[in-house]
Amino acid sequence: MSGLEKKCKKKMVPLTGNYAIAAAMRQINPDVVAAYPITPQSAIVEQFARFVANGIVDTEMVRVESEHSAMSACIGASLSGARAMTATCSAGLALMWEMLGVASGLRCPIVMPVANRALSAPINIHCDHSDSMGARDFGWVQIYSESAQEAYENVFLALKLAEHPDVQLPVMVCEDGFITSHCVQNVELHDDAVMKRFVGERKPEHSLLDLKNPITVGAIELQDYFFETKRQQEEAMGHALKAYLKVGADLSRVTGSKYPYFDSYGLEGAEAVIVTMSSAAGTTKAVVDRLRHDGKKVGLLKLRLFRPFPYEQVRDALRKAKCVGVLERSFSFGAYAPLFSEVRNSLYEAGKKPKLQSYVFGLGGRDLLESDVEEAFKELLAGKTTGGMEYKGLR
Amino acid sequence: MADAKGIVEIRIHGRGGQGAKSASQLIVEAAMDQGKQVQAFPEYGPERSGAPMVTYARISDKRITTYEPVLRPDIVMVIDPTLLEQVDVTNGMTGKSILIVNTNKKAAEIRNEAGFAGKTYAVDATGISIRKIGRNLPNTPMLGALIKVTGVISLESLIEKVEKMFLHKIGKEKTQANIDAIKEAYEKVA
Amino acid sequence: MMAAKFPSKEQLKRKCGWREIPAAGIITRAASALDHKTGSWRAFRPVIDEKKCIQCAFCAAYCPDNAVRFVKGKRTPINLDYCKGCGICAQTCPVKAITMVEEAKFG
Repeated sequence: MSGLEKKCKKKMVPLTGNYAIAAAMRQINPDVVAAYPITPQSAIVEQFARFVANGIVDTEMVRVESEHSAMSACIGASLSGARAMTATCSAGLALMWEMLGVASGLRCPIVMPVANRALSAPINIHCDHSDSMGARDFGWVQIYSESAQEAYENVFLALKLAEHPDVQLPVMVCEDGFITSHCVQNVELHDDAVMKRFVGERKPEHSLLDLKNPITVGAIELQDYFFETKRQQEEAMGHALKAYLKVGADLSRVTGSKYPYFDSYGLEGAEAVIVTMSSAAGTTKAVVDRLRHDGKKVGLLKLRLFRPFPYEQVRDALRKAKCVGVLERSFSFGAYAPLFSEVRNSLYEAGKKPKLQSYVFGLGGRDLLESDVEEAFKELLAGKTTGGMEYKGLR
Repeated sequence: MADAKGIVEIRIHGRGGQGAKSASQLIVEAAMDQGKQVQAFPEYGPERSGAPMVTYARISDKRITTYEPVLRPDIVMVIDPTLLEQVDVTNGMTGKSILIVNTNKKAAEIRNEAGFAGKTYAVDATGISIRKIGRNLPNTPMLGALIKVTGVISLESLIEKVEKMFLHKIGKEKTQANIDAIKEAYEKVA
Repeated sequence: MMAAKFPSKEQLKRKCGWREIPAAGIITRAASALDHKTGSWRAFRPVIDEKKCIQCAFCAAYCPDNAVRFVKGKRTPINLDYCKGCGICAQTCPVKAITMVEEAKFG
């Protein structure tokens, strides 16, 4: 792919989601990247390793033996005051499980792109959200990207949000494995110098390498202080909700894009609304365009920020709809699907509530067709809800 | 040739290793250089050399948001003629769609074989590539045929792109061979 | 979050609320462990027979609390503020110069 190896001015280039993310990492030039390859994330790290090998970045690249080690190395680096990044998905994310909690518990502002992929078994390399959804309660901020362009810009958003003094939390930037990670699209890369200025230098409040102010990290906390430390972490998530908009506004001035909690697409006056995330939102947009053209009152709420969850804002955006369908790419076995749960939660305090329908689609990379979305809209327009989980694309 | 949809949707049938993915990427990159909005993505299955595979491309004047596979292609390009017997390459094609096949047969024969009533073009991309490039690499000459019959981009744009993408990878001589192959397919497709 | 070093001597005497402590459970006041007088845990006290001691420094090397140290080639007396009576010194002493004596005997 052209134009990747060189330093660049603002320009439009054909990039996959993975290469767009690697381009963001090049512009950030993190101090440390520790990563282990896994399909469909691999191209991010391969491309970044090329930047390291060619001297385009001066990152310390740590070729670890597992994702558990990748996250461990990032945690150590982050605590020493470095900017640390990694990337993973699926089984790799699962192998990191233990360290994910350490990263957030030790308040390490690590940024990690995730090319969403199904979890085994059965083994499958294709897209669904069961990996990152499984990690939704690990104290990481989670941002989901519809396109390669969004994935690229979200990496910058994630970095400044993670390092915000009131936040200090790790952030996942999710893109759909293969669907977005491997699809060549138009991506507008922003000017290197502008992005360098935007990311600035990390200024950690504490660092293990600050010899004048020695600290102890990772001391045991039992019944005496553990609860208080975790309460702080929850407070930081609350701060992240506010800081997300602030950092988004700053980034907006640089990129011209907007970074709301969610995109409202045809929501004004919509009777039937679909809530979804990532690439499915793109496909839904195409259907909204067509149905709106035919005079149907349909709209889309594309959620970008899943953790922390913007309950109030989602409630306000959905309360006027007649029927809302939540389309998502994962189960929470034995419970409402994750995104549906949150949408349902957000509407509890609304006076007049729309009817709600949960739809699960696309597990293991099953294509989401426009006809699936159209069918869902038709059901929602007819006020057809079943009270249970429904499926699109399931035989 | 953007029609009423304002978008051209292409489906390429090939076999693993024949460069269908690279072809889709090349054509959209060339289109992007002309200011178009593009998408190129293969249908990812278990990737095996020689197994039938499909790759998609979209070229549009407007932003492309859908990630649906191309179901109603405006153009279907078949890089390997033996696929006609194995895969329903005309699936989803309408009367307005265009079928382009790498074959040494005549277009009329292909129409019968594929059972397709719409516009059909044939080009011996394999023969051309063996003569010009010295190897069976039909994907680049096929693009010459594609742009001739569809006009999605100009010949000059494609050649410019091929120069940019190939020169540093395969050197001047082989790049020129590819360009010659594209030009011949451009002229001979019928 | 907080400029003052945590935990101060005053903060050590009580349980602090979540707003007051540094993030991530880090400890920002270096050597604050000195304020933890672990000697109060001691049930047995190491008593050294000075005649037997060969100044080998094993006890100092093994003491988990630095309650006995080696300074300028000479073993210090045991610091009873921090010695929690674990008995490791007595176990490691190659000449059996250290005896663990019930604390109650010291009145």
